[in-house]
Amino acid sequence: MKDRFDIDRTGHDYVVALAGNPNTGKSTLFNGFTGLRQHTGNWPGKTVTRAEGTLRYEDKRYKLVDLPGAYSLIADGQDEQVARDFVLFGKPDCVVIVLDATNVERNLALALQILEVTGRVVIALNLIDEAQRRGITVDAEKISQELKVPVVPTVARDKKGLIELAAAIADVCSGKAVAPSRRRELDPELESAVTELERLVEAVVPGVPNARWIALRLLDGDPSIEEGLASGEFATPATPTREGSGKPSEVAS
Amino acid sequence: MSGLEVLTSRAGELRAKLGEQVHLGVAEATFDEAARIAESSVKRRGRVFDWDWKLDRILTSRIWGFPIMLGILAVVFWLTIKGANVPSALLADGLFWVEDQLAFAFRSVGAPGWAEGFFVHGIYRGLAWVISVMLPPMAIFFPVFTLLEDLGYLPRVAFNLDRMFKSAGGNGKQALTHTMGFGCNAAGVIATRIIQSPRERLIAIITNNFAPCNGRWPTLIMLATVFVAAAFSPSVGSIVAASTLVGIVMFGVLVALLVSGALSRTVLKGEPSAFALEMPPYRKPQVLRVFYTSLIDRTLFVLWRAIVWAIPCGALAWIMGNTYVGDLSVMAHVSGFLDPFGHALGLDGVILLAYIIAIPANEIVVPTMLMAYMNVDRMIEIDNMVDLKALLVVQHDWTVLTAVCLMLFSLLHNPCSTTIWTIYKETGSKKWTWVATLLPLAIGFLVCFLVATIWRAVG
Amino acid sequence: MTLDLLRIGEKAKVVTVNCHGFLRTRLADLGLLPGTPIQAVTRSPMGDPTAYEVRGSVIAIRREDAQLIEVERER
Repeated sequence: MKDRFDIDRTGHDYVVALAGNPNTGKSTLFNGFTGLRQHTGNWPGKTVTRAEGTLRYEDKRYKLVDLPGAYSLIADGQDEQVARDFVLFGKPDCVVIVLDATNVERNLALALQILEVTGRVVIALNLIDEAQRRGITVDAEKISQELKVPVVPTVARDKKGLIELAAAIADVCSGKAVAPSRRRELDPELESAVTELERLVEAVVPGVPNARWIALRLLDGDPSIEEGLASGEFATPATPTREGSGKPSEVAS
Repeated sequence: MSGLEVLTSRAGELRAKLGEQVHLGVAEATFDEAARIAESSVKRRGRVFDWDWKLDRILTSRIWGFPIMLGILAVVFWLTIKGANVPSALLADGLFWVEDQLAFAFRSVGAPGWAEGFFVHGIYRGLAWVISVMLPPMAIFFPVFTLLEDLGYLPRVAFNLDRMFKSAGGNGKQALTHTMGFGCNAAGVIATRIIQSPRERLIAIITNNFAPCNGRWPTLIMLATVFVAAAFSPSVGSIVAASTLVGIVMFGVLVALLVSGALSRTVLKGEPSAFALEMPPYRKPQVLRVFYTSLIDRTLFVLWRAIVWAIPCGALAWIMGNTYVGDLSVMAHVSGFLDPFGHALGLDGVILLAYIIAIPANEIVVPTMLMAYMNVDRMIEIDNMVDLKALLVVQHDWTVLTAVCLMLFSLLHNPCSTTIWTIYKETGSKKWTWVATLLPLAIGFLVCFLVATIWRAVG
Repeated sequence: MTLDLLRIGEKAKVVTVNCHGFLRTRLADLGLLPGTPIQAVTRSPMGDPTAYEVRGSVIAIRREDAQLIEVERER
C-alpha cells in the first residue's frame, strides 16, 4: 500500500522515521540498522534524497525512513519541509530523534518541537564517544525523566546501543511506551491567541492529538498546515499498519 | 460559516496582529526549555571545543588557510593519479585479455567478421576502456573525498571561499559541489542539493562542468606529461602532472566564477540567499565505512551509468572506423571535413571527431583519437611517451598550441551524456539542460578560437 | 554595538536580531535569539564570513547580516 509519500509498507509491521539535526550521525545509525537492506531514492516531487530500509527485530519488521537533517519543524527549506510533512502526515508508528551528545542543548530544540506533534518518540543519544573525548557527560536518565520518552545512548558507528534502541522502538510501536503530548507556556498575548485557535481547531477536527501545535502553525501562516486541514488529512487518526495480518492499513486521504 | 472557515479567518486576523512574534516567541520558549533541560543533564569538563577552535583558526587563517586548502587538493589529486596507475593498467590488461577470448569465441562459432568487430572490438572494447580508465581513479578519489567530508573539513572550504562565490552571485557551498565535480560531474550536480536557493543551485549545476572530472584527467595528464613533464625527470613526473592538474583546476574555478557572475547578472538574476553555514565539530572518520559506502553510493552508481552510455560510443567508433566510402573510412571522411573548423580552434578534425564520438564518456577521447591517427580499425593506446610524441608531433603536426588548446577544450567543453541526463533529472527543465550543455561548448569554442588566433598572430 | 564589530575571541550577548525573512527564521532555529550568549571564533581568510559560537555550535554569518544583529559585549 502506498501513500502520498510513496512508502511501500507491504511486508512491514511498522513505519519508523529517523529525524534529527544535520551532522548527528543519523545516516550511520540508519546503516547500522538496515545494513544492505536499504535503498536510496528521492522524496516524491522533490530533489531531496531519501533512504528507506528494513530493520528486523524480534520477529517484527520495521520500515525505516531516514528523514533529511533539519533544525526545526518550521518549513525553512525543502529539507525541513519534507521532515515535517512526514512526521505530521506520514503518521509513522515511531519517530527516532537522533541527538548529538556533544551539543544537547541545540539538538533538544528539534526534539521538543517533534514532541509537540507526536508522543511516539524514542531519543537516540548518539556520538557518546565524541562527547566523552571532549569531556562531556550526558545524563540520559535525566533527559528521559524530563521528556517522558526513552533515551538510549548510542555510538552508531561502533554499533553500540542499537539493540537497546531497537527494543525501545518496539515498545513505542506496540503502544507500550507513548508519551503524553507536551505543552509549553508562551507569552500571554501569544498564549491567548493559541488557546483560542486551539479550541477552534478541535471543533474542526475533533479528537486530534496535537491541536495546540496545529493552532501554532496556523498562527505562523504555515501553508501546508492550512492545506492539511482543508483536505481533511488531520481527520484520520494514526493507526499502525499490520500488513502481515491481512488487514488493510488506514491511509491518509 | 463552516468551522474551518471560522478557524481560517480568525487565524488570519490573529496572525496579522502578531506577525513575526509567533515564530520568535515559539523559538524562545523552545530554547529556554532546551537550555534548562541541558543545564540539568549535561556536565562539561573544561573548555569543550578548545582543539576544534584552535584547528579552525589555523585552517581558516589569513596566512595558512589557502595554502593548506590547495595543498590538500594537490595531495588528493596526487593520490588519485599515483594510486590509479597500476590498477588501471592491470584492469586494462585483464579486460583486454577477455576481449581476445571473446574474439576467439566469436570466430570459433563462425560468426561473421563484422559481428566480431562490432560487438567485441567496438562495444566491448569501448566498455573496457571506460572501466579501466574510470574505475580506479574514482575508487580512490571518492573515498578520499568522503573521508575529508566525514572529518568535517569541507564546510571550512565553503567558509574560506564564500566571499569569492558570493561576489559571483553564488555562495560558498558552490565550492563544495565544484570539488565533487572533480570525481564526476554527475555526482557534482547531485551534490548541488545542498544549495537551497533554486537560482544559485542552477548556477552551481551549470558551472560544475568546469571542474574536470576523473574522465578528463587522462587527457590532461597525457598532455601535461608529454608536453610539460617531458622536460623533467620521470620521478618528478607524477608530481608535475598533479601540479599541472591543479593549475588547470584553478583556471576552471576562475571560469566557473566568471560564468556564475555573468549568469547572475543576466538570465539568473536574483537576491543572494540567506547564508548561515554550520561548521560542525571535527570527528574521527570511520575509514572502513567510508570506503564501503562511497564505493556503493558513488563509484558503482556512476560506473553503471557510464557503462550504459558508453555502449553506443564504442559501437559508433567501430562503425565509423570500419565502414568505407571509396577508399577512406567514414572516420577519415568526417575528420577531414571537420579539419578546417578544428584548425581554427587550434585543434584538428580528428580531435573534434573524437570529442563528438566521446560525448557519452570523456575517457574515450584519447583512444578514439589515436585510432583515427594511426588509421587502425580499433581503439588503442600507446604506452610509450616517446612513441606518442613522435606520432602526434611528427606525423600529425601537433604543436604546443595544439596541446594548450586541447587542454582548454577538455576543460571547457560540454558535459558528458551521463551528466546531461543527471542535469535533466535534477532540474526537470529541458531549457536549462540545453543551456548547461551548450553554454560550456560555446565557451570552449570561443576560448580556443581566441587563443589560437592570438597565438598565431603573435608567433 | 553590532555583531560584526565583535573581535575574535570576544564574548557578547545578543540584544536584538534585525534580520528578516528566511535568514531570521534560520538563525532563530539555530538558537540565535535575544539573550543568547555569542562568541566570535574565527574569520575567513578573505575577511568574510565570520564563525560564531551559539548555544554549543559554530555558525558562519556574513558581515552584512552580522551588521543587523545588535549585541552587548561582555566585560
